[in-house]
Order: sequence, then C-alpha cells, then structure tokens
Amino acid sequence: MTTRDDSPARAVSGLDLHAVGPYGDTLGDGIVQVSFSLPVPAGPEAREAARRLAVQMGLNEPQVYHEADLGYGFSFWILYGKCRHHVDVTRIVVPKIDTAPLSFEEINALVLEKAGRRLRIVGACTGTDAHTVGIDAILNMKGFAGEYGLERYPAFEVINLGSQVSNATLLSKVRETGADAVLVSQVVTQKDVHLSNLAEWVDMVEADGLRQDLLLLCGGPRITHEVALELGFDAGFGAGTTPRQVAAWLAQKWVQHLR
Amino acid sequence: MERKLDLDSGDIARCRDAAGAIADEVLGFAANRTTVSIERAVLRWMGVEGGDTDCIPLVNRVVDAAAAAGLLARGVALPFASAVRASGLTPSDAARAIAERRLSLVAPVAEFEDAARATARSLAAAGSDRVRHTNRTRQRFLERLGEGTRPLLYVIVASGNIHEDTVQAKVCARAGAQVVAVIRSTAQSLLDYIPEGATTEGYGGTYATQANFRIMRDALDEASEDVGCYVRQCNYASGLCMPEMATLGALERLDVMLNDALYGILFRDINMQRTLTDQAFSRKVSAAAGLIINTGEDNYLTTSDAFDAAHTVLASEFINEQIALRCGLKPSQLGLGHAMQMNPWREDMFLYEVAQARMAREIFPDCPLKYMPPTKHMTGDIFRGHVQDALFSLASVMTGQGIHLLGMMTEAMHTPHIHDRTLALESTRMIATAARHLGDEIEFKPGGIIQTRARVVLGNAVGLLEQVRDEGLFGALANGRFADIRRTPEGGRGLEGVVVKEPGYWNPVEHELDALLAQRAAEVV
Repeated sequence: MTTRDDSPARAVSGLDLHAVGPYGDTLGDGIVQVSFSLPVPAGPEAREAARRLAVQMGLNEPQVYHEADLGYGFSFWILYGKCRHHVDVTRIVVPKIDTAPLSFEEINALVLEKAGRRLRIVGACTGTDAHTVGIDAILNMKGFAGEYGLERYPAFEVINLGSQVSNATLLSKVRETGADAVLVSQVVTQKDVHLSNLAEWVDMVEADGLRQDLLLLCGGPRITHEVALELGFDAGFGAGTTPRQVAAWLAQKWVQHLR
Repeated sequence: MERKLDLDSGDIARCRDAAGAIADEVLGFAANRTTVSIERAVLRWMGVEGGDTDCIPLVNRVVDAAAAAGLLARGVALPFASAVRASGLTPSDAARAIAERRLSLVAPVAEFEDAARATARSLAAAGSDRVRHTNRTRQRFLERLGEGTRPLLYVIVASGNIHEDTVQAKVCARAGAQVVAVIRSTAQSLLDYIPEGATTEGYGGTYATQANFRIMRDALDEASEDVGCYVRQCNYASGLCMPEMATLGALERLDVMLNDALYGILFRDINMQRTLTDQAFSRKVSAAAGLIINTGEDNYLTTSDAFDAAHTVLASEFINEQIALRCGLKPSQLGLGHAMQMNPWREDMFLYEVAQARMAREIFPDCPLKYMPPTKHMTGDIFRGHVQDALFSLASVMTGQGIHLLGMMTEAMHTPHIHDRTLALESTRMIATAARHLGDEIEFKPGGIIQTRARVVLGNAVGLLEQVRDEGLFGALANGRFADIRRTPEGGRGLEGVVVKEPGYWNPVEHELDALLAQRAAEVV
C-alpha cells in the first residue's frame, strides 16, 4: 500500500487518554490548521473576522498565515491555532463490523455447508445516484483491490441492478427474486440526499413486512457502520471496503440468522 | 505536428479506416430514423419556447400530440407549420393552443401543403438567423477579448442553484478559468424532457434549462468583460434530450457541449438506437453552431483499469472523430476526451500517462483534446490530491492539450467549494507558466518506455477497432468491448422514442443545417 511504516500501533509515552487533543510537534500543543472562505473581501476587518471565527471554533492564539481576495466579494483564509478542547478516548464506543475475516474458500464452505444453498444477493445504486463504481467493485466478477467480486463466489448468486434504481423498483425486484440480502450503494451525498433515500428504503422494507427475512447492507464513501445501524441497516461499509469483507460478513450473519 | 513518438502511420491509417466504416454504419442507421427528441429540437429551432401550466415543455406536448395522431414518421414540422399558418399565432402560442386542444395538429390538406411548407421553411430560417447571430456574437467576443492561452482551463460549478453558480463562475473567471461547465443535476440525462425556467434546487448539479443557460451566459459575459478574456460556457448535449440540448446550446450561445457517441449507452443505459440517432442530428447542430464538442471516452477508465484499457479510449476517439467529421464538425471543434487515471503508485505511471497524452496529440493534431484529471484514485487526502493534480497539469502542459479540466483536491468528497477551484486554478496556472515551452524542448528516447508504450496502445487500438468494425458497433456493445459494459440494441431507456421515417418525411431544420454547414465549410477556421 501507500505507507512504508507498518510499525505496530502503540501508546505515545506521557499521553493521558482521558484528555486527548491535536498534536503538532509537542504533546498537548493542540495545533490545528483550518482553511475557509468568507463572503467578504480580504482586508484588515476580514482578517479580524477570520481570527475571531477561529477563536469561536475553539482555537487559542489563532494566526492568519494566508489570505487571498477571490474577487466578487469573497476571500480565502488559512489559519493555525491551538485547540483548547480535549476528548476522553477511554469513553468512546464505536459500533464496528464484528465478523471474522475469512478466506474465499472459507466463505464458500461456510455458506454452502450451513445454509445448504447459495445466498441470493441483490445490489443497486438507488435513487438518482448514477455512480456504480462502488457496487460494481463489490459485486462484479472482476472485483477490487486484487480480490474477486461476489459474483465469483460459488456461495452467492448476484443480481446487480445497476444505477438509478428507485426504492420501489428495488423492492419489487427483491420480492420477485426472493433475495436473501440487499446491497444499496450511495455515492452522491450532496445535501444529504443519501440519508433520506436510505431511510426511505428501510421504511419501505419494513412496511412491506420483508425486514426479518432480509439482510440489509449499504455502502459508499461517506457511509459508516454506525450511520448504517442508525438508519436501520444491518451493516454499513465505507471507503476502501473489499469484496471479501462484505462476503465474510454476509456468510457469518446469514449463518447466525439461520440459528 | 512534430512527431516524437515514432508512431506507425500504417496503424493510424488502419484505425481511421475501421472507425470510418463504423461511423458509416452508425450514420446509415440513423439516417432512416427520427426520435421524439429530434422532433422536439426541430420545434425549438422553429421558435417554440415555454411550458404548460404543469411546467411540461410545450415541445413535448406538441410532439406527443403528433405521435398520438400518427404524424411523427413524416416529421412534426409540416403539421405544426400548418397549425401556425392556419391560426396566425406565434410558434409558442400555437404550441400552447395545441397543448390545450384549442388547435388541432393534422397534416395539411393538399391544397394548403405548399403554403404550410413555406411557413415551416420561414420558421426554420428564423432559427438559423438566431444561430448565425449567436455565432457572430461569439466571434466578436473572441476577436475583441481573445480566449487566453491554451490549454483552456475548464472548471465545473454544481451548486444546484443557478444564481449561486453564477457567483462561483465569476470568481473562477477572475482566477483564470476559460471554460465554465455547469454540471447537471444527477439523472437529468434520463429525463425525456428539458425542465423549464430558472432553477434553484438540484442534486449533484444544476438543471440544464434554457433560462439557466441565459442566466449563466449573462454572468459569464459580465465576467469576460471584467477579466478581458472570453469565458466559454459548457453544458451537456447528452442523455435522452441530446438533440434539444444541442439546439438550446446553439440558440443561447453555449460554446462547449459534452457529446459522446457511446457514453449514454454505456453509463446511463440509454438505448443505443435512440442515442445514436440523436447523436447524428445533435452533431450537425453543434457543427452549424460552432460549438466545440467534448467526447467522453475518459469515463471508460473509471470502470476499467487505466493501464489495461488505454487502447479503448484511443479507439473511441477514432470513432467519435469519424462520426463527427461526417456530421460536418471541423477538427478544431473536437475536444476528444482522455484522462489521467492510472494508479499514482504505479512505477513510471507519469511516463505512461505522458505517452498516452502525447500519442493523442500526435494522432489528432488539429483537435483541441479534452484532458480529464485524476478522479478514480483520489482519496479524500486533499494534500495528496493536490500533488496528483499537479502531475496531471504537468503532463497536460508538456503534451500540448487543448482543454484542461481542473483537478480538484476535494474530488471524491463533494462538489467543489469556492476555494477548491481557486486553489486548483492558481496551481495549474503556475505549472502552465513554469513549463510553458517544456514540450518543445523534449525528445523521447528512441525505443524507450514512452515510445514503446504509445506504439503498443496504438497497436491494441487497431485490433479493437477492426474487431468492432467486423462485429458492427451494435454487436461490439453487446459484447462489452467498451468499459467492460454490455448493452443490447433493444435494451435501455428511450427506445419507444425512436421512429422509422416514412417516405415523405420532411424536416426543414435539416435543410437549414446543411446550408449553415456549407457556409461554414467555406469559411476558414
């Protein structure tokens, strides 16, 4: 991959995990960089406005290092400051995908032995979203990052509906095919369109009485497992997810589901 | 064009021959057909504007009425002109009357046919006058203010609100942008109508409407005066309304339009019969209106690997070129698309990308070429992204690209914020200035990595094009030869809008286009 250093993660000496803040070059310095535009022309007043905004953001001793007038009443700012806030890392609980990593062979064996049949997977980019790069990377034979997509697994029968599928169309396709799991991909996130669309999908599945028979997954660059759970999905997969991670999750969750 | 890559001219000729045969097949197919969108474009050219009380465009209402009356296979122009003549109304008022069933749409009786034809011809000629006027206005701007140095720096705006877009566009122009493209709202390509009016809401972009085109044109004209350089407007002649978009572009002085033979088929699942028929008409419109078309083969590399599929881009450039030339476009109007999309961690990636970019430059010496920045391997690490974009800018400048889409460090995150664009413009201008004549100083090592790569890609394109020629383009699309995507002749959206022409089909706008093209062909560009 892109980093050379694969040294193990270890605690920084002298760190208090109950009060963690940003680090520049000295533990506890709180150094943060921010950049933004303001809808006022550059100048002394705008510079002071930028500085005061940084103070209100929680930065002590903010310094304006760059200002540029963008014309037509706009300006651009780069500031550094010292963040006065801390977080208690010991109190943080983040829901994570908890299934074990399995190999291609282990996934197929698990499904075919325990379920006794192939799982039927329906995938789609829903709503107005036309970006199939993500769903294709997970589902298509060719796969992603050197791993086969789900189509290549004997354990899965994959129906990829492609882009701009309405939730209603997806629901009727799920009924028609008797799907076991549905993968919904959302790439466009402008004005949070993906959240309302995903929430609508879960509502429709529940209203239709199909929820308990289906594993619902969603994925996309701005999706996290936590957000997915909040929206009522069983799992969410973010940027960099490989097909095997999804396959391993599906296999193990389906076997749990059988029990 | 100095030849630095030692490309095999026999291979280039074989590519053009095969692509020419493919273009002949496509245009032969299109010549026997019309579509609902072509007929609506004819009405727009003849002066119909506006929507009904439900905001459905009047051109849709009239063409739907013509289809219901079984008139489309002979063209909407004659029955519509007959209605205009009989009612004495303006084209838009006549269309409204037809929509409200106050006026019927029927083929003229024999006695009045000549008069109806004369009316149709004069309405079509009025459209041509508007297009000529638009061309002259652009020409005068360019003569007075110039276009700036090439590559033309091209940015997108996409806030969803046309009024917000104009602010962004003006700021871009001040920062050095020479082309401003308004990205359309997601899925507009699948609408079989063009929305009406100025719009302030959209997802992933702003609706392309006639009113929005005018609003952006006015803003860019103002910015052009402010910065002393003509700033071009770009939008999309693509999707189900491709011919109408090209027509609005011609009427409202767009300067650049995205227009690709295969993009809609592959990436929007638009029916191939529909889009190839629409393509032929819309390219003639673009040719007559002096628009630069940008083709979209760069998109193949978003689904296929950029190293392995490089030849598919080149093959598609040949197909787009041959179709375009046959539709009357001049090479100076062809922004053939390609992109830097290889994994930035691939060893010698920059050499391969330079080979590809220089190869396109040498094979299409008179085309501006539209060069697209990295998107596939952009990550959300904006600092790394800025460096990837810098590599792209250097490749672009040193290989003499004509239209340079600005890479955004925030690619893969959100539609660009105001400073994303200004930072991109500043860094690209710095690189373009610093390396302005680098390309002139460079020779490539004979038989080195760059020359070898270009020759291999060209050789692979020969193979692909001859295969596509032998299978037929329709067969090749069904076999997934482009972007690893398979499409069938009957599949996809919009087939119901394709109509086989009957004997007696008549379209006065086509005659006007031929006249405009003949006039342009006589001009020196």
